[in-house]
Amino acid sequence: MAIFLTENSKVIVQGITGSEGTKHTARMLKSGTNVVGGVNPRKAGTKVEIEGQSLPVFATVAEAIAETGADVSVIFVPPKFAKDAVLEAIDAEIGLAVVITEGIPVHDSAYFWAHAVATGHKTRIIGPNCPGLISPGKSNAGIIPADITGPGKIGLVSKSGTLTYQMMYELRDIGFSSAVGIGGDPIIGTTHIDALAAFEADPETELIVMIGEIGGDAEERAAAYIKENVTKPVVGYVAGFTAPEGKTMGHAGAIVSGSAGTAQAKKEALEAAGVKVGKTPSETAALARELFTARG
Amino acid sequence: MDLYEYQAKDLFAAHGVPVLPGDVASTPEEAHAIAERLGQTVVIKAQVKTGGRGKAGGVKLADTADGAKEKAEAILGLDIKGHITRKVLVTVASDIAEEYYFSFLLDRANRTFLAMASAEGGMEIEQLAVERPDALAKVPVDAIKGVDLDTARDIATQAKIPAAVLEQAAEVIVKLWETFVSEDATLVEVNPLVRDPQDKVIALDGKVTLDENASFRQPGHAELVDKEAEDPLEAAAKAKDLNYVKLDGQVGIIGNGAGLVMSTLDVVAYAGEKHKGVKPANFLDIGGGASAEVMANGLHIILGDPDVKSVFVNVFGGITACDAVANGIVAALQILGDEATKPLVVRLDGNNVDEGRRILAEANHPLVTVVDTMDNAADKAAELAAAGV
Repeated sequence: MAIFLTENSKVIVQGITGSEGTKHTARMLKSGTNVVGGVNPRKAGTKVEIEGQSLPVFATVAEAIAETGADVSVIFVPPKFAKDAVLEAIDAEIGLAVVITEGIPVHDSAYFWAHAVATGHKTRIIGPNCPGLISPGKSNAGIIPADITGPGKIGLVSKSGTLTYQMMYELRDIGFSSAVGIGGDPIIGTTHIDALAAFEADPETELIVMIGEIGGDAEERAAAYIKENVTKPVVGYVAGFTAPEGKTMGHAGAIVSGSAGTAQAKKEALEAAGVKVGKTPSETAALARELFTARG
Repeated sequence: MDLYEYQAKDLFAAHGVPVLPGDVASTPEEAHAIAERLGQTVVIKAQVKTGGRGKAGGVKLADTADGAKEKAEAILGLDIKGHITRKVLVTVASDIAEEYYFSFLLDRANRTFLAMASAEGGMEIEQLAVERPDALAKVPVDAIKGVDLDTARDIATQAKIPAAVLEQAAEVIVKLWETFVSEDATLVEVNPLVRDPQDKVIALDGKVTLDENASFRQPGHAELVDKEAEDPLEAAAKAKDLNYVKLDGQVGIIGNGAGLVMSTLDVVAYAGEKHKGVKPANFLDIGGGASAEVMANGLHIILGDPDVKSVFVNVFGGITACDAVANGIVAALQILGDEATKPLVVRLDGNNVDEGRRILAEANHPLVTVVDTMDNAADKAAELAAAGV
């Protein structure tokens, strides 16, 4: 099983001919992902040679789907063009659009999200400003390094890319069903709650690790969701205890304003929902290992 | 980026939102000249990016130009919650019949925009939301449909704006929406939005936050940055395209990825509890590429902070290979030469870590200590910083 992305996923890359697109397509192919083509209207009809494979370039996402049966698109298009790329993916009704692009104006994200809502959520959006997701040993859609760890029974959802890698590394002996980087922007498609719900339903996942950070109230809402709906053990980590108020810490969404959105408030909300929360990534991993070992 | 009130009002005026005439002054003499030109009672308002100006003595009325000069003299230089007043807005004093509240902002939870409005303005919105929640209308705004006159009327009605000025208020709301969208703002707030005795609806104050991600299509926004108020190290970092935030501690931090760096700050703060309470000195995310140049630029900025006593380089090699980072550190230390005087604790993990550690071991730089785990490295960096305090 795994969530959102499986060995049957057929992946296309929007922006496959750009430097980031090409580089990461090679990495995805190397880790066994079934990449079936790419999209670039200006190079439609050509082929790109990546990692010993000859991949077709299509004019549109709709054409790529019609020709290849693709059901996942990974988007590396620059911020200026990202809104149109995501709208195109939504209009083509692709199952999953993973938006890696960093630096998309929030009005653009709000716009494509509103469009996804208005057209009935036929496309799941992950990101923007995210590392994507990996179901180790099956498929890898985005930029998460595939060699950190292999398949296993932990599900991971995180706002941050490098903290995702760190946690996968800490728990590499157990392995992961899927690891999903949902991104650090103020408006994101897939939320902690969406991933928690999917992991709860995924028979392969036996324990969930959730990584949050300052800003917004997504972690608090996730805590409320866990309390009501999640039966699997959940371990949490929150970054940003020392972040000062009113300063943006790299992620546009990671900004504390007033008392809302502090790491302390998030930690307390998670603990009140029965989630064990580690003080450091290593301590969080130790808590996860303990619970994993003790499970029935 | 948060704007000053006078900048917000300039944007309002450009988009047709009614504001009162006025201008910004950096000296009492300039305030005098503006007041003379306006030729009526003026209000002098401290331009600081924080609330509570009135209570702090940052807002004063003056009947004459001489009075304006005097009041400006008292306000310029005033410390308001840690913000030093460098400019004042001198503007026509308004007769106020009623005060309303209005804002457009981002609603993260619902992934859309929100209009918040109330016929009971004037007080802090946080206070209003707690004390009189029924008086505050919260109306979701569809990012695609936006706000036309009908939607604006609906918002004003829900806010219980009186019928006599509903139409005027709705027109202002539409123009505020235009400001919000066309300027790529994440917040547009007017508190108070006033009704004057002639039933005109005017933005008496303005708070605007702009989305820096949109700078590629907002060339005018670069001019709104207040270079004078920027921390010099932050400005230097920005010029080098580094994501740096100055903090108050003694352990300089370099890492890759916003989440990991935030986490590193926390881990150092915990470790500091055992070492004279030392704290992280900064946030610095060098991102994916940790070339020698980026590493040297980062170290240069951090070592420019006189409070820094040790530096913690915390890198997880995901896409970045650890050997490249290690080479970057070695080369950066060469570039910096005598400028590098503080001990460096390095923790590398991930992609090609063995080669990275080997490179650092072979370079055997006297300032560099390599530690295997993030927690232990933080402890070492805190210990070294405490020894230097």
